Amino acid sequence: MSKKIGVFVCHCGTNISATVDVEKVAEEAKKNNPGVSYTTTYKYMCSDPGQKLLRDKIKEEGLDGVVVAACSPKMHEHTFRNAAKKAGMNPYHVEISNLREQCSWVHPDKPTGTEKSIDLVRMMTEKTRKDKSLNPIKVPVTKRALVIGGGIAGIQAALDIADAGHEVIMVEREASIGGHMAQLSETFPTLDCSQCIMTPKMVELAQNENIKLYTWSEIESVDGYLGNFDVKIRKKARSVDLDLCTGCSSCWQVCPSKKIKSEFDMKLGNRTAIYIPFPQAIPSKPVIDREHCLLFKDARKKNIPPNDSKVCRKCLDVCPIAPVKAIDYSQEDEFITEKIGAIIVATGFKELDDTSMYGEYGGGKYQDVITGLQFERLASASGPTEGEIQRPSDGKLPEIIVFIQCVGSRDPAKGCSYCSKTCCMYTAKHTMLYKHKVHDGHAYVFYIDIRCAGKDYEEFWLRAVEEEGATYLRGRVSRIYKKGDKLVVLGADTLTGSVVEIEADMVVLASAMKAQDDAEKFAQKLSIQYNKDKFFSEIHPKLKPVESSSAGIFLAGTCQGPKDIPETVAQAGAAASKVLALLSADELEREPVVAKVDRLPAPIFSTCIGCFYCKRVCPYGAIAEEDIKARDGSVIKTVARVNEGLCQGCGLCAATCRSKSVELAGFNDEQVYAEINSVEFN
Amino acid sequence: MKIKITTKELKSDFAKEVKERSGIDVKKCYQCGKCTAGCPVAYEMDYMPNQIIRFVQLGLRREALTSRTIWLCASCITCSTRCPKEVKIAELMDVLREMALEEGVANPMEKNITTFHEAFLNSVKKHGRISEFWMLSEYKRKRPKTALQDIEIGPQLMLKGKLSLTPHDIKGKKSIKRIFEKFK
Amino acid sequence: MTEETKKTKIGYYPGCAITKCSTSEEYGTSVLGVSRVIGPELVEIDDWNCCGASSAHATNHKLSTALSVRNISLAEKDGYDEVLAPCPMCSQRLIISQNDVHEDKKLREEVEDAIEMPISSNVKVSNYLEIIKNYSMDEIAEKRKKKPEGLKVASYYGCLLVRPPKILKFDDPENPTTMDEIVTAIGAEAVDWEFKTNCCGGGFTLSRPNVVVKLTHDILEGAADAGANAIAVACPMCHANLDMRQKNIEKEYGRRFNIPIVYISELIGLALGLKPKDLGMDKHFIDTDFVVDAFSNIEE
Ligand SMILES: Cc1cc2nc3c(=O)[nH]c(=O)nc-3n(C[C@H](O)[C@H](O)[C@H](O)COP(=O)(O)OP(=O)(O)OC[C@H]3O[C@@H](n4cnc5c(N)ncnc54)[C@H](O)[C@@H]3O)c2cc1C
Ligand code: SF4
Ligand code: SF4
Ligand code: SF4
Ligand code: SF4
Repeated sequence: MSKKIGVFVCHCGTNISATVDVEKVAEEAKKNNPGVSYTTTYKYMCSDPGQKLLRDKIKEEGLDGVVVAACSPKMHEHTFRNAAKKAGMNPYHVEISNLREQCSWVHPDKPTGTEKSIDLVRMMTEKTRKDKSLNPIKVPVTKRALVIGGGIAGIQAALDIADAGHEVIMVEREASIGGHMAQLSETFPTLDCSQCIMTPKMVELAQNENIKLYTWSEIESVDGYLGNFDVKIRKKARSVDLDLCTGCSSCWQVCPSKKIKSEFDMKLGNRTAIYIPFPQAIPSKPVIDREHCLLFKDARKKNIPPNDSKVCRKCLDVCPIAPVKAIDYSQEDEFITEKIGAIIVATGFKELDDTSMYGEYGGGKYQDVITGLQFERLASASGPTEGEIQRPSDGKLPEIIVFIQCVGSRDPAKGCSYCSKTCCMYTAKHTMLYKHKVHDGHAYVFYIDIRCAGKDYEEFWLRAVEEEGATYLRGRVSRIYKKGDKLVVLGADTLTGSVVEIEADMVVLASAMKAQDDAEKFAQKLSIQYNKDKFFSEIHPKLKPVESSSAGIFLAGTCQGPKDIPETVAQAGAAASKVLALLSADELEREPVVAKVDRLPAPIFSTCIGCFYCKRVCPYGAIAEEDIKARDGSVIKTVARVNEGLCQGCGLCAATCRSKSVELAGFNDEQVYAEINSVEFN
Repeated sequence: MKIKITTKELKSDFAKEVKERSGIDVKKCYQCGKCTAGCPVAYEMDYMPNQIIRFVQLGLRREALTSRTIWLCASCITCSTRCPKEVKIAELMDVLREMALEEGVANPMEKNITTFHEAFLNSVKKHGRISEFWMLSEYKRKRPKTALQDIEIGPQLMLKGKLSLTPHDIKGKKSIKRIFEKFK
Repeated sequence: MTEETKKTKIGYYPGCAITKCSTSEEYGTSVLGVSRVIGPELVEIDDWNCCGASSAHATNHKLSTALSVRNISLAEKDGYDEVLAPCPMCSQRLIISQNDVHEDKKLREEVEDAIEMPISSNVKVSNYLEIIKNYSMDEIAEKRKKKPEGLKVASYYGCLLVRPPKILKFDDPENPTTMDEIVTAIGAEAVDWEFKTNCCGGGFTLSRPNVVVKLTHDILEGAADAGANAIAVACPMCHANLDMRQKNIEKEYGRRFNIPIVYISELIGLALGLKPKDLGMDKHFIDTDFVVDAFSNIEE
């Protein structure tokens, strides 16, 4: 029985009708296409009345196939299929002819546009005639979330999910959670102490029974799909048993390797080889830095197992835990696999700390030219100077300090065109912190624009100028050079049209927020997309800001782009709520547009010849090898099988298969040939 | 002197003309001032290098072409080298000088500089190479006020055998003439 | 570079300023003198013309391009694939012009018509530091006869050797080190200082001496304060400005530097044991005896 098809042509206001004669398209659809029993045009098909029209006509006209000639299927395929479903039709009998993006917007000439539209509608009508009913695929959901990265974004997201009653696994690659926020002294726009608001959250996380924390750990691989990920975690050898260690501090007090530059203090302070990164660390248990530890160095040199080295061992000796010590030099990396339903990526940013591309600012050779984070550590009460602003070269209190904004940001010549968004604010903050500590000091800020658009932000930076007395000069600095123990800063003030020369004691570069060094590799591991600057991409900048390009993987915080703490926390909350929505269902529905390798009765079983070309081309790793076995268990034949959960319906396998054994539901050969054959070539 | 900007300037094609002649797109400049900050001669200029670019951006042809700045630029290329937006400022100065000369509006206050260029090129045109002695003489003749300046240096150079009175003409003088004829 | 690929004959484009009887003849004299000892052999391009220097590019881009490019075409005609232009004004103009005609087809056609020769794209124009670094570092080490004592040299590169970096592609524009390496190779101490690529005022010697006096003062001060007792240069304009203006600077700023300004080629020559007179050491304004004496003590 042939289908009764209805064709609905949309004007899209004048978006389509300006260059396509929609009436003619509707008329021709009826005239030439067998099976088309009803056609109409409508101003906005996607509007409520438009959808109602569709529903009504399906019923009234007894339609069993629909072609909506409108905008891209990306926009409204879902809308129209839903409408049809409400009218009792299987939604996969609805097809979209794209008359807007693929026609009216690109062909200014009306006759041409109309002619092409007629063809496009005919193609879809032909396809619709071959459409079969399809039903959504149901997949079960593992009710457990993974949060990667334990900065403020990850902490917030993990707490939100755990508080709603779901299990969370957190993986943090450093020895402690906390991220950059733990390094900050005081935070804009309120100037509250960062540690004071951060530490309670860290403790809360550690004590939350729903959260399992892996620090000093990394993601090894992610397999599976939305609702059913298999995540392999590498627990790097810590050399300390977290269950036994009480964090008594004996070991790091005796460690003789004391001159290692502390990463947490941005190399301005020192740490030992066995260390906790900072006093409030969570977990508050040490790790051995095997690169610098004397024992490991010795073992490497002699090529012996670390346990055989007799060098040092001071930490082990002093460890009070008995009978088994908490320190274990022979520990090795350990792998754990966890089943996960949804993932939040919160891997944060990296401050541009290598300024070698700024040769004009000394390229990193001047000790007293420091970065923003270094300044945070100087200003922090827990920092290497206990909060005193001392310049690194000689510990002198800088009487004249210069801040330079937009270093590494907004500088395409140095390979970075974007604005780091936080540095205007943190520089204003730095001038205040400086003035609070060096009362008669002078702070000068070179800026290009002031971008302080958050709530209370404008007031904040103006306070720096009006109340705290920072002097802002509008111009980029061209050069810094050393003169005696001063740094001469050559800048400009474009507002007066002047060159500015300042002999400073110290210079702070408001250096850019960059993507993590390994961002690209990490993104590839998770199959998520990233932009030219290696920040992870959301799928829609406005409407899907926390969704990554892979279903079930969400983004939070600065791994997605530079942002400050309020914005990071808000985004983390949003990502958590998306995860919660996913975990609240027992099963997930997926589009049935997936590939399938045929199965036939014995003795053929499948036309698949087992070449597995499909397996090679599938970008989602959705193709598995399946053994067809006889009753006695012997393998008769090995053929391909598509994992419906992983398949994204791209069709590469179907196009590649030599024996035509793969079919893509909704786009099978019959349907596609029907489309192609309907085009009149002339 | 205050500058008044009206739609006449804003609508003008000055920036486009500059771009067509030189390929330099002043739109790219976001006025950060780094060029000015590093310019070794900025302190002598009437307008800062970034202001010259601004003039071009806004169609202020007269201000740009009659400025002293374009002549005072030493072509050190520090600005272009450090410009975050890779605007070729030094090269822009070249075009503006060229246009100022074509339009006869070069700032008379920097006549020393333009005269020097003239004398230099005259010598090249005549001999194919520079004859330092004759080039200097022409310059001093045309800028009599500079006659006494550096009066002691000339004789010293002579003494050291560094100023020759006989110009060296190249064989291909004709070819040089042709070049000068073509690109007047 | 391996022995086989080493070119031994290189086209020589002296440019106006360093030929005999010109203001910077000692640069030319010493470059040629040194090359006779350690190579590579330099052969003057027949009938070269002035590149037009800043006067041409500052006032007439096409003229400047044609004047420069003519010399490259002559070099190709003479069969060279590399040309040394010791004067950085010349090397910079030649390279930029070569680059411009490659980027702009119309310009190329116009210029080819004007110079009545095809434009070559195969000739590489090199500055003096590049030539020494690429061909002669080993020879210097081998044939060095004298080692200077107490000579602390600030290498001054100026603008034209390093800028524009994208086109010249030579060394680091903010902190170049090639000349320092050469200074070290001849046994002198290379002083680290901050003014390696600051501008000296270039062509404003005559038309705007006040500018030159200020800029050269800053440079001399930078070198002196960094502990240098000589400044090495590879540019006739830098040399002229730094060497001739020290008196004016003293008048203007009240500081007497009396720092000898020497060409890097002269320093190499001295190390190779060439006679100071043959290197033109007597042609300077600031007495160079101190430098010459530094080399006289130790024979290697
Ligand atoms: C100098 C400076 C001052 C600032 N001052 C303020 C301020 O006053 N107020 C304010 O609101 N904002 C401020 N900010 C911004 C603030 O630091 C950030 O908004 C915030 O830290 C971002 O948090 P995050 O969790 O996204 O990233 P991060 O803090 O970078 O945390 C990311 C975490 O992920 C971990 N990680 C990374 N990769 C992996 C991986 N592959 N596997 C496992 N774990 C991984 C990291 O170790 C880290 O712990 C400032 C920024 C700077 C640079
Ligand atoms: S073995 Fe010695 S050097 Fe190594 S962490 Fe322990 S105390 Fe430190
Ligand atoms: S936030 Fe301010 S300082 Fe930072 S890059 Fe943007 S404009 Fe520059
Ligand atoms: S440095 Fe570049 S962007 Fe900045 S003002 Fe100058 S030309 Fe414009
Ligand atoms: S090229 Fe001209 S404008 Fe640019 S920095 Fe040098 S002197 Fe100044």
